[in-house]
Formats: sequence, structure tokens, C-alpha cells
Amino acid sequence: MTEPVLDVQHLAVAYATRAGEVPVIPDLSFQLNAGEALGLVGESGCGKSTVALSIMRYLGRGGRITGGRIVFEGRDLGELDERALRSIRGRRIAMVYQDPMASLNPVMTVGRQLVEVPMIHDGVARAAARARALAMLREVKIADAEAVMERYPHQLSGGQQQRIVIAMALIAEPALLIMDEPTTGLDVTVEAAVLDLVRELRRRRDTAILFISHNLGSVVRVCDRVGVMYRGEIVEEGTVRHIFTNPRHPYTRGLLDCLPTLGRDKRRVPLVPIPGQVEPLSERTLGCGFASRCGYVEAGRCTSRPIPMAALEREAGHHVACLRLHELPRWRPRRSAVTTLDTDASADPMIAVHHLTKVYEPRRRRRRYGLPRPPVRALADVTVDAGRRQTLAIVGESGCGKSTLAKVLSGLEVATAGEVKLDGVEVGAVRVEARSRALRRTLQMVFQNPDSTLNPSHTVGYAIGRALRRLHDRAPSDAAADVARLLEVVKLAPAMASRMPRQLSGGEKQRVAIARALAGDPAVIVADEPVSALDVSVQAAVINLLNEIQAARGATLVFISHDLAVVRYLADHVAVMYLGTVAEFGRVDRVFAPPYHPYTEALLSAVPVLDPDQDAARIILEGPVPRAHEIPRGCPFATRCPRRVGQICDDVPPPVQQLGADHRIACHIPAEELRRLQTATVAEAGAR
Amino acid sequence: MSTPATAEVLSASPPAAARVRARARWRRRLDALLASTPATVGLAIVLAWVVLGILAPVVAPYPPNANDLGALARPTPSTAHWLGTDQLGRDLLSRILWGARPVLVIAPLAVLGAAALGSLLGLSAGYHGRWISLVITRACDIVLSFPVIILYMIILAHFGSSAWNIIGVLTLTKAPIIARIVRGMTLDLREREYVAAAKMRGESALYIMFVEILPNARGPLLVDMCLRTGYNIVIIGVLGFLGIGLPPPDPDWGGMVKDTYGMMTVWPHMSLFPCAAISSLVVGFNLLAVGLREIGLRD
Repeated sequence: MTEPVLDVQHLAVAYATRAGEVPVIPDLSFQLNAGEALGLVGESGCGKSTVALSIMRYLGRGGRITGGRIVFEGRDLGELDERALRSIRGRRIAMVYQDPMASLNPVMTVGRQLVEVPMIHDGVARAAARARALAMLREVKIADAEAVMERYPHQLSGGQQQRIVIAMALIAEPALLIMDEPTTGLDVTVEAAVLDLVRELRRRRDTAILFISHNLGSVVRVCDRVGVMYRGEIVEEGTVRHIFTNPRHPYTRGLLDCLPTLGRDKRRVPLVPIPGQVEPLSERTLGCGFASRCGYVEAGRCTSRPIPMAALEREAGHHVACLRLHELPRWRPRRSAVTTLDTDASADPMIAVHHLTKVYEPRRRRRRYGLPRPPVRALADVTVDAGRRQTLAIVGESGCGKSTLAKVLSGLEVATAGEVKLDGVEVGAVRVEARSRALRRTLQMVFQNPDSTLNPSHTVGYAIGRALRRLHDRAPSDAAADVARLLEVVKLAPAMASRMPRQLSGGEKQRVAIARALAGDPAVIVADEPVSALDVSVQAAVINLLNEIQAARGATLVFISHDLAVVRYLADHVAVMYLGTVAEFGRVDRVFAPPYHPYTEALLSAVPVLDPDQDAARIILEGPVPRAHEIPRGCPFATRCPRRVGQICDDVPPPVQQLGADHRIACHIPAEELRRLQTATVAEAGAR
Repeated sequence: MSTPATAEVLSASPPAAARVRARARWRRRLDALLASTPATVGLAIVLAWVVLGILAPVVAPYPPNANDLGALARPTPSTAHWLGTDQLGRDLLSRILWGARPVLVIAPLAVLGAAALGSLLGLSAGYHGRWISLVITRACDIVLSFPVIILYMIILAHFGSSAWNIIGVLTLTKAPIIARIVRGMTLDLREREYVAAAKMRGESALYIMFVEILPNARGPLLVDMCLRTGYNIVIIGVLGFLGIGLPPPDPDWGGMVKDTYGMMTVWPHMSLFPCAAISSLVVGFNLLAVGLREIGLRD
């Protein structure tokens, strides 16, 4: 057997804090062979990135390796001095970080940065280095590599930037590539393309990859083996197939059960959040780290001694750190057949948006310098309805106008043209300041960013109490009781009222924001990406909460998201948006079944499928999203559409095909043709 | 709907508990401040001057304006006059201690005035945008473009030099700087989601500016106020030196330097001790500002 490229043996890492040294990783071991990809998954704060930084010896001032060995190509990295490390970093071990813009130097052209790498590491002459850079760019599938070499990082899209960073990491032909959340900031379709690239590069080269991600779906696509981390320990390790078809550790199961996938629907299979939250690392106890959140915990047994890693007999290489390993029932993926609905949004709409257009005019002053800036069309002829007591989901990639639509609904922006009716009242041109109290009560919003949704200077109680006072006429005496009642609705302890936002976790902040929105008992709740910044387990809890509240209060929920799986789970109706237009709108079961709009089809194929056996028909969208002022005259999707039929797509706006009362697609291809093409692709994929 | 447990928590929470929490919060802030060396040193210097200023009638060995004609022959430091006397035989130590009083009242008051006016201007300019912003920023630019010393001379010569007038000119000339800082922060903070949430419950612009935005600007504002108190002390000294400071005969550090700097080569102590007093206080405030910034960065 050949020696592994990376052999981490009993690694222990601690961070110095004001309260003393906290062991972040107590005892971690794993091996990585040449050409192999190991995924490390887990919630935030479980030590994934610390592992990566320890291997690079980049822990910084606070962190310290307190024990164990990191053997890389036969040498213990822990014993090397700065000089020796420099000869390894970048040349033998390369790292790709989450934010490509932070890895690229903004004042140097991409080409210079790329050429530098072989020149410094291998002492290659400039011309030869340039040739290698060009070849590498082609390998990471950058079209027009020559031109891209001359550009600055900010002139490239996020997906291109990340490809450049990957190229830069691979150009020195490292033995080990560490990728820390490489696709987290990217749009779904771009993410799919980058993951595809990594998978392909791995097959072609002999590089070992350590792939760190909180996203189980991306791990399935890229890795051979997976290590599930919890509180600094690997609790389960095995091949992708082991982990995703036969997970044995309760934490792994919890992660899989709380993940919305395309097969899940709120009516059939609810998401199961992992109870509680990751406990602080400073309070490490003797037994199983997961015991406090585990549904299978056995008092005394699980908490009295360290849990050893046990191998499974029938599955080679599958190790689990759980005492009750053989006592747990077999895990089954929760999946449901697609349910049919019999609801109609247009029959009794709570929200009716008709031919809404929003154009941002550039500031006049700028015209003095150079050419006038063109106006930006954020929304063009958008028509959607949301029925009473229903959930309308708006889905699309960044820049598709979904947040602008939310802002127009809430009055933070006003419509340029078209109708926006809220319970029969026209509100499109009414700014929120000009809205009546009753109207403001009708519609409230939940925002995206948990860190800025609550005022850091106000207590939770003040935030909710103030909303109650403004939206509900409450005498001050019973305000405290009302705050407590609202906190209970969002499943927080009433004592939370005296906390400051910085004392709360992201999920708790988002719950408080929901409680605040509920203060006026709104008929409509607009939630703009409320869970996209949260960990999967917390995300499941917040989604369930929104769903429950909506059902219990009979409110209409407008749910904005880029995550199709979440949308599939939560929505009654879906609007798929692209560049300010609605590509497809309809009942959720119809939108998620053929015929699809080609854009919906592409989005769906980009959604990670948690099944290592299923190699679904994959559509990778090429090219960047056009800039707002370069939108094609015809179909906005024409520049990237894999099913483009011809010149007509560029020149003529697509007709809206009404398929039944509750489903419409804006495409030149007749719906029947789309259905035929798309069912054929699926069958073909099934046959493979 | 509320459970017994809820009722219990709530009944325990009003005033007493709130007071305890507020006290704990201040305690934490003080601990954080004392954990920083520059802040501790700065705080010690400033507090020492404040205590000496307050206790000047008690600790000063002589009345500030009393002449000791006998000491005129040898005005240098002696056992009778620890820091010596000035050219009129007045005890320097006593004058310096008494001189701390006006400085420690005028400089902070002027900063508070400037912070109040500057915050109001900065918040309005940052929050409203468009022409309100244009008018305010241009007006601030005009004030800032004047050579300040000349401005002080014109104003104080016209209105006469008194404590209140000095506070007035300092407020007027420092407010635009604070307005700029607050405007910059407002431009950022007004885009936060909690401001959108406030708009959505129909809050007034004044509420949003002063309750939602200003408290979150307080960190950098506090640091700047601290620095600016130091600068104000320098300016008060300069005004005294130019003869447009506090009217004589009451002790004023700048005035003391003005009266004696001609004798620098013969009796340097007469001007150097008041200078040292000014410097130490300014350094104290600067160190305090550095410490406050450290705490702000850590939060």
C-alpha cells in the first residue's frame, strides 16, 4: 500500500481566549491518499476550518497545535520552521478560500498573478510561465483565456474569479489542495459549474483534495470519502455512499433529516431540525459531545467515558463514534411523492401584482462626466399572485429582482409602472412612510441578515415592544406580557426579552425578527431570504416556524429564496425570476414537473441531490448573467439558454404560454415540445 | 396564554432588575476600559486633574492672585513656593491648580455642544440626502475653510472674550468636523435592515435618526469627543496666549505662558510649568481616546 499524502495523527488544537486555553480540536485523525477527495462537513463552529488552517500552519496568534502530528509527504508539518513551510505552502499544498475576491490582488491583472506562481515556486522563465498559465486557464474552462489574463479581478464574475483562484492553486501542481467552502458565496448555477470543474480536475490529476463545506449536497458531488465533524471531532467517516445511504451516527442523520431536498414537501415530510445548538467548546465533558442534542442518548452510558471510533464490519472504511451504533434503527431517507394541490392563487388573491416595472434612474449629476448612465431595469412586466393563507415563493439567482419585488411590496421602493394590489388596495406607488397604519399592519417583513435585522443598541424586549406599540395600540402595562407571548410564539424563552442582540445566535436573532414582524398580526409576511445565512439545522427550525405561524395565523407568506429545495418544501405557488422577468409561474407541483422553463430546468439540475448513485441529467449554464443594461431585446435568458432555438430568442420577447389556470411559462418553445425534450433527458439519464 | 413561569419572570423584571442590569453593564464597560493600559493611564491623568481642580481651594497653598513681593527677588522653586512664583510674585503651583478649573469646564462643555450640534447636522445630512445634505455639507465646508485662529480673533474681538463666548466659538468650529463623522456613519447605518424595519412600523425620521442610528454611532463618536476635548484644551491655551482668552487676573494656563515667555531665558520655569500642565492634560485625553478605540474594536 502506498503511503498517504496527508496523515493527520491525533491532532489537538487549542485557542487562547480571555478565559484561558480552549481545546477546539481534542483528538483528530484522518488520512488522505493521492487522487482522493475527502469532505469535511458539519455546522459552523465545529472546527472544520481550524483543521485546514492547522495543516497550513496558519493558525495565527491565538491558535496552537497542542498535540499530534500532521505528516505530509513523510514530513511532520508541525516541526518545520518558517523557511521550510514556505517551500511547501503554495507549491505542495495549495488552498482555495471562500471569498475569491479576498484571495486575488485587486490592483494586479489576473495574468500577472497567475504567471507569478510558477516563476516563484519553480523558477520558470516568464514566457514558459505564461504558457502554463494559459493552459491552466483553459483547463479550468475559462473561455477566451488570452483576454482574461489582461483583466483585473473586479472585471470578472464571481464564478470566473473562483475558477482563477482554483487555477492559481493548481498551477504549481500541488500534492494537496485544501478547499474551504469554495462555493458558498456563489449562485446555485455557478456553484454547480465550479463543483463540476473540481470533480473533473480531480479525475484528471492526481491531486488529493480536502474539501470543507457545510453543504452536504456539494460534498456528494465532489468527494469519495466524507468525515462528519462535530465539536472538533470526526464522529463518522466513510465513503460518500456509506454516509448518504447508511448514516449511522445520530448527528449525521440529523444533518440529513433537516436538509430540504427536492423530494420534500411540507405537507408530507416535515423537516426535522436538530434540537438545541452547538454547545460552547469551553464546556467539553467526558462522554459524547453530541449527547445533549441526541435523541438516542442513554444517560450515564453515553456521557461517562470517551466514545471510541468503531469500524463497521460489512462496510470497509466506515467508522462511527457512537456507542449505540448497532442498536439504532436503520435510517431511511425521508422522501415523499409529489402531492397535487387544488388551490388557485388568482381566485382570491391577497397580493396581485400586474405588469409591475421598476426602473432605477441614474443620478442626473453624473451626466456631466462622460456618457450618461443607462437606467437600470430591475423589474420588467412582472405578474404574480398570492392567494390568501398561501405561500408564494420567489426564486432566482442574485440580481434577478426578487428583493426589489419585496421592497416594492413593502413600500421601501415604489413601482415605476404597473399595479400592486394588497387585499384589493393599490399600493405600488405608496411609499411606506405614506402608508396608513392599517396598511402597515397588514404587511410586515422579515429580513435576510441576522446581524443587521436587530438594532445592536436595543434589547430584544424593546425591539418587540416598540413594534407592538407602533402597530397595536397597547397600554404599556401589558406590553411586557405581550412581548413574552410573542417570544413564546417563536419558541424563545420570555427571559430573552432582556438580552442584547449580540448575545443571541443567528437563529435566535431571526426568530426575534419574526416575532417583531408578527407584532401587528399581519395578513402578509414578506420574508426576504430569511434562512440563507443560517446553518442547515437552524434553517430547518426557522422554516418550520414560519410554516407553522403561517398555518396558525392564516397569513399569506411571500418567501424569497435562491434555494429551490427550500422553495419546493415550503411553497404553494412559485415564481421563477430571471433578470427582472418572471420566467415561470405556477403551482409548486406544476413548476417542479415538466414542462419547465429552460431556466427552471437549469436551476433544478443545479440543486444538489443527496444520492451518490443518482447522476441526474446535468445542465451547466455557460457564460455570465448579462449586466442590467445589456439585457437582450428578446428573451432575457437567451444568452445562456441551453435550449435556445435561434435568432427569434434574441430579437422577440417570448410569449407567455398559459398552461391551465395555474401555470405559465415565458418561452418560444411550445410547452408540448418542452415536455417531450425534458422527459427524454430524464429518461436518458435514468438509462445511464 | 402566558404560563406561570412567564408571569414570574416578568414580575421580577421591572425597575429593580433593570437597574441591576444597567449597573452590571457599566461595571463591564469600566472593566474593559481598565484592561487597556493607555486607557488606564489616560483616565488616571484626567481624573487627577479633575480632582486637583475641584479641590484647588483646599490644596492650593496660596490664593491664586496673592502677590508675595518677598519672593520676587528669587522667584525660582523653593520650599515656600514649590514651583516658584511668576513675575508678580504669585505662587505658580496655586495658579496652575486654579487654572485647571476653567479649562476642565470649558473644553468638555464645548465638545458636548459641538457633539450635539454636529450630530444633529450630520444625522440630517446623512439620513435625508439630496438638498438637505448639500446645504449642510457646504455650510460645514465653509466654516472649515476659514483659518480658525483668525475666525476666533474676529469673533472674540467683536463679542468680547468670556467663558461662554469661548464655548460658543469652539462649538461652532468643531461641530462641522463631528457632523462629517456622523454623516459618514449615518450613510452606512441607514441602509441597515433594522432601519427598514423601523420605517415599516411607521417611525418618524427623528425617531429613526436619534434612536435607531445615533446609538450605533456612539463608539467612534465617543473616541472623537475625547480627542477633541484634548484639542480644545490646546486651543484654549492658544487663545490665552494670544490674549483673547479668559480675562485676567484669574489664572489661565495660556495667559500664564503669554505673560512670562519673554523671560524664558532667565526664568524658564514661569512658562514651562503651565505648558507642562496643558500637555499632560492633552496627553491624558488622547490616551483615553486610544483606549476607547481599542474597546470599540474589540466589541
